[in-house]
Amino acid sequence: MKSKLLTTALGLTVAMVAAGAASAATLDDVKSRGTLKCGVNTGLPGFASQNDKGEWQGLDVDYCKAIAAAIFGDPSKVQYTPLSAVQRFPAIQNGEVDVLARNTTWTMDRDTSLGLNFVGVNYYDGQGFMVKKGLGVNSALQLSGATVCVQSGTTTELNLADYFAKNNMQYNPVVIEAQSDVNSAYDTGRCDVLTTDASGLYASRLELSNPDDHVVLPEIISKEPLGPVVRQGDDQWFNLVQWVHFALLDAEELGVSQSNVDSLVDQEKKAMDAGQGQNPNLARLLGVGENFGGKIGLDADWTVKIIKAVGNYGEIFERNVGKNTPLGIARGQNALWTQGGLQYAPPIR
Amino acid sequence: MEEHVTRYVSEEFKQPLPPPADNAGIIGTARKNLFATPLDAAISLVTLLVVVWAVWNLLGWALFDAVFSGSDRTACVATGDSEVGACWIFVSSKFLQFIYGLYPDPERWRVNTVFALLAILTAGLLIPSVPKKGLNAALLLGVFPFVAFVLLTGGRLSFSGGQVAFFAMLAAFGTLIVVPSRSDLDFERPLMRAAAGLAVAAVLALLLSAASSRAGIAFLGLRFTAFSLSALVLSALSILSVASAALQRGGGGRVAATALLVPVLIAAALAVLSVDFGLPEVPTHLWGGLLVTLVVSVTGIATSLPLGILLALGRRSDMPAVRLLSVIFIEFWRGVPLITVLFMAQFMLPLFMPDGVSFNQLLRALVGVALFSAAYMAEVVRGGLQAIRKGQYEAADAMALSYWQKMRLIILPQALKLVIPGIVNTFIGLFKDTSLVYIIGLADLLGTVRRGFNDPNWITPSTPATGLVFAAFIYWLFCFGMSRYSIFMERRLDTGHK
Amino acid sequence: MTVETPTLPPTRSFGSLINNPVVRGIFIQLVLVVGLIGFVWWIVDNTSRNLAQAHIASGFGFLDRRSGFDISQQPIDYSSNATYARAILVGVVNTLIIAGTGIAMATVLGFIVGIGRLSRNFLLRGLATVYVETFRNIPPLLVILFWYFGVLAVLPMPRQAVSLPFGAFISNRGLQTPRVAFEEIAWISLAALAVGVVVAIVLYQVNRRRQMATGERRRLLWPMLGLIVGLPVVAFLVTGMPAALEFPAKSTFNLVGGFQIRPEFLALFLALSVYTGAFIAEIVRAGILSVSKGQTEAAQALGLSRRHTLRLVVVPQAFRVIIPPLTSQYLNLTKNSSLALAIGYPDLFAIGSTVLNQSGQSVEIIIICMLFYLTFSLIVSAFMNWFNAKMALVER
Repeated sequence: MKSKLLTTALGLTVAMVAAGAASAATLDDVKSRGTLKCGVNTGLPGFASQNDKGEWQGLDVDYCKAIAAAIFGDPSKVQYTPLSAVQRFPAIQNGEVDVLARNTTWTMDRDTSLGLNFVGVNYYDGQGFMVKKGLGVNSALQLSGATVCVQSGTTTELNLADYFAKNNMQYNPVVIEAQSDVNSAYDTGRCDVLTTDASGLYASRLELSNPDDHVVLPEIISKEPLGPVVRQGDDQWFNLVQWVHFALLDAEELGVSQSNVDSLVDQEKKAMDAGQGQNPNLARLLGVGENFGGKIGLDADWTVKIIKAVGNYGEIFERNVGKNTPLGIARGQNALWTQGGLQYAPPIR
Repeated sequence: MEEHVTRYVSEEFKQPLPPPADNAGIIGTARKNLFATPLDAAISLVTLLVVVWAVWNLLGWALFDAVFSGSDRTACVATGDSEVGACWIFVSSKFLQFIYGLYPDPERWRVNTVFALLAILTAGLLIPSVPKKGLNAALLLGVFPFVAFVLLTGGRLSFSGGQVAFFAMLAAFGTLIVVPSRSDLDFERPLMRAAAGLAVAAVLALLLSAASSRAGIAFLGLRFTAFSLSALVLSALSILSVASAALQRGGGGRVAATALLVPVLIAAALAVLSVDFGLPEVPTHLWGGLLVTLVVSVTGIATSLPLGILLALGRRSDMPAVRLLSVIFIEFWRGVPLITVLFMAQFMLPLFMPDGVSFNQLLRALVGVALFSAAYMAEVVRGGLQAIRKGQYEAADAMALSYWQKMRLIILPQALKLVIPGIVNTFIGLFKDTSLVYIIGLADLLGTVRRGFNDPNWITPSTPATGLVFAAFIYWLFCFGMSRYSIFMERRLDTGHK
Repeated sequence: MTVETPTLPPTRSFGSLINNPVVRGIFIQLVLVVGLIGFVWWIVDNTSRNLAQAHIASGFGFLDRRSGFDISQQPIDYSSNATYARAILVGVVNTLIIAGTGIAMATVLGFIVGIGRLSRNFLLRGLATVYVETFRNIPPLLVILFWYFGVLAVLPMPRQAVSLPFGAFISNRGLQTPRVAFEEIAWISLAALAVGVVVAIVLYQVNRRRQMATGERRRLLWPMLGLIVGLPVVAFLVTGMPAALEFPAKSTFNLVGGFQIRPEFLALFLALSVYTGAFIAEIVRAGILSVSKGQTEAAQALGLSRRHTLRLVVVPQAFRVIIPPLTSQYLNLTKNSSLALAIGYPDLFAIGSTVLNQSGQSVEIIIICMLFYLTFSLIVSAFMNWFNAKMALVER
């Protein structure tokens, strides 16, 4: 009978002891843990996927690496957590991951009622449709009556409903939880149409058994600004992730790349020592002279570490989704503002 | 009446005539069993056709049309009109992944060792003729989990001061339970009373420590709060006072050793978990395949059995509040699907915990599975408790045994023996249910197989069927084996007297 | 040696109070209840604090918001303009549909196979055994996936759909059967059917009472058929056959027209009934075996035919053994229907998880799902207990 009392007491105490470990700021947690926990897609070529050796690669993955490099100087100190669409928000809300870089669309509802903060847009996307060439369809407006495969719990699902309702068309939705299952359902012919973000369509096409039999329709039916996400309530961490993103863009704008970053740093240092002719924007970005990293809890050379690890935004883009990759996506809206695109970062000063 | 005179009397028994030729042998059996009536004949013919059709197609798919050689999907894609059956090369090329998941290659011997230990120890426990069941069970339940944990994860757990104090308190209570039941020391003795008081004080100190702010007092290389440190000291004092009570009694050296047994075991367990054995850490998100399936199901069964026994006892308790709470707990978990439980573990458990406490994804699934199967286990054990005749309870009461003595010595040994088949069946159910953890993102056997379907290297129309049939066969092998064992035990335990 | 019985100490010490089982029991329960309340309070407190800290909206207000997504199978009116609550209701109805049809099919299958397991015909017995031993030992999720990805997905595209008898087609978009489209006036036939059924039941009762009283037994087959089938048919003909058959036809994308059964439903339905059927077969077999041989022999001694022996003697007794485990199988099937999530059949849980993701309110959604399954369990258990009690009355 004493044991009964005991079990109760134990239950309580286990719970209470667990309470002893109170949390601190995310950055402190990450530093003391020694790794950054990053939530990524379960598998979307170009954004986050595992190669044959089990290593993660992709545009979102490079963002995780950039943050880890900024904090630790080592892009490998990332623990990747693959998350499905349904799992992603609880994971970031619960603190299971420190940052969610999982091609997530920035919407007002998500930004406000889910307790999340979007730090910026690392890929401007829009929703499109893919069909088999054999169907002879060349516009999304001919899709009335089609069966459409879509991933559940995404903005895509909502846009799809809006688009067909607006154009007075009928469709049969096939709603599946994992994007990979959506792809295989489309591939086996369960549906006529696959819809997701345009970038995702190109990626999905690579996974089909005969990629050349499929065509992406020209219509883009929505705005899908994708970006990394952090929890609300930790402004320091929010700033850090946001400025890692901005630094990648600024680096591209100022022409700092993986190959020339070291020589540029040397050049600026020499210029500063000589007290003449240095490029102030470049010096601030590279942390020569002024320490901007300290304002977000990092070292002065934080951008140098980032760029050495993953390169600037343009390099990340070209390496993962650009012209010379299987996806072959043009910069388009994702070009810098100086080149007619939408990517624009506030200056570091 | 004319007297009937027997002319001939046989000296031997007459042998029975052989049955008519059309009633014996294969033809006879077939006639009697298969073609007794027109309806029977029709059923037999239809069944025969179904069997032949099914076997023919199955053989065709699995053997004749199957692909046994090649290195990627091109070998499994139909060319022209030829049918392509099973794509076995998909299974063979991913086989290791199906077993270990992404567990790093050079470390896989650790998984193999765990598998081997598990197989040896369970075989020893399950085969009736193997001796030393007690030692075997102690190894399996007491030592194996720690060894497996260290081998699989790499060990090197770091404990906080509060956790160490908590385990010290556990040790104190363990001592307080073990010593009186193994000796005549009781709570009439002042030192024993003092020990009990100290242990309760340790609990209170721990509760206060949880509420207090984090203050860093370094002791033994660990960080304590003032309260958790005092809890540690109080627990140690409690254990010491039990030991000294034993010594005071005279000739109590053996009893004193018993008193130190529990603390030593707990300390040893903590040491094993925290010592650096030089094994590289393998984070759980790399685990996969059969490894995860076995980890989830074995942990589930191992934790659900004690929980289930407690719940079953609670459900049959005389205390109304205990009974009611047990019933609510059991019926709640039995009433909801496992997948909602897993979702709850996945999405809600982190919200239940105070800020900053986070659980590993695998651990969350384990918590869900353990609670869920505990409810089912409780019902199985309750069946066993109900099957024990009332006389046994009354006899135990007449011997003036305490409740726990009665249960531990008289009732549970009989009841648990009775429900071994039920426990095995629950385990079969649990083993099958582990396949649901894929839905919350863990790569168990089925999950790993399914991830394989999306490998662009292996996308063919026949890949899913092949992979699923392979997975089904593995599950079937385990479950069928266990169900045969359950039937075997049922026959063996059926001693006839009821 | 003489034993002196020591007199009990007159005062009640503190120790005796501790050792008093009643006091102890009350104390333990008090501690347990207080501890539990504390634990629950702690969890609720943590949860609300966590939610507030993470700025996550909570409460059930979101149920009135527009859902915005479409659902593939809508047994009740629904569009993307409807509310989340409505979407969840669609999920509930879909769960009930799959549970109802699955239970019916699994029962039929289970009874056939269970009886087949006891057949003298060893071919049939062998087939039944293989079926039971195979499906009992495979996870239900795997069976569902097998039907969906392994069988239905490899069927041809709708343009090459396989024609079945009666104008039905099967393709990887599911089963498309002709649909009978009734006109307005067809309600008369429906009413005739209802009248026919009611009269038939009354007739049956009257006949039964008469048999009890006099022992005389009349054959009711033809009058029954006339009432249940004949009456509606006559009404249908008289009103001028107000119905048309709508056949499915091939179009650009899909087969249109007719009645469509989606592959998601088909896979789930087949998998659940095949899986649960194996368990029901074992229950039926055990139930029949539990009726002692003496009962069968006694019935035969009374001259009952084999059919009558089964119907009047064995089955009623077997039923009493069968019903309790059968109930839990029905509940298992319903709970397993939540695996629909894996293949995208829009049951309560699948829609719930979509809503969870669109609205972000995981706690509320999981509570709703759990409450539904719990309520369903309680209702089915209550019904089966009632049915069981009714059957138990047969015992005299």
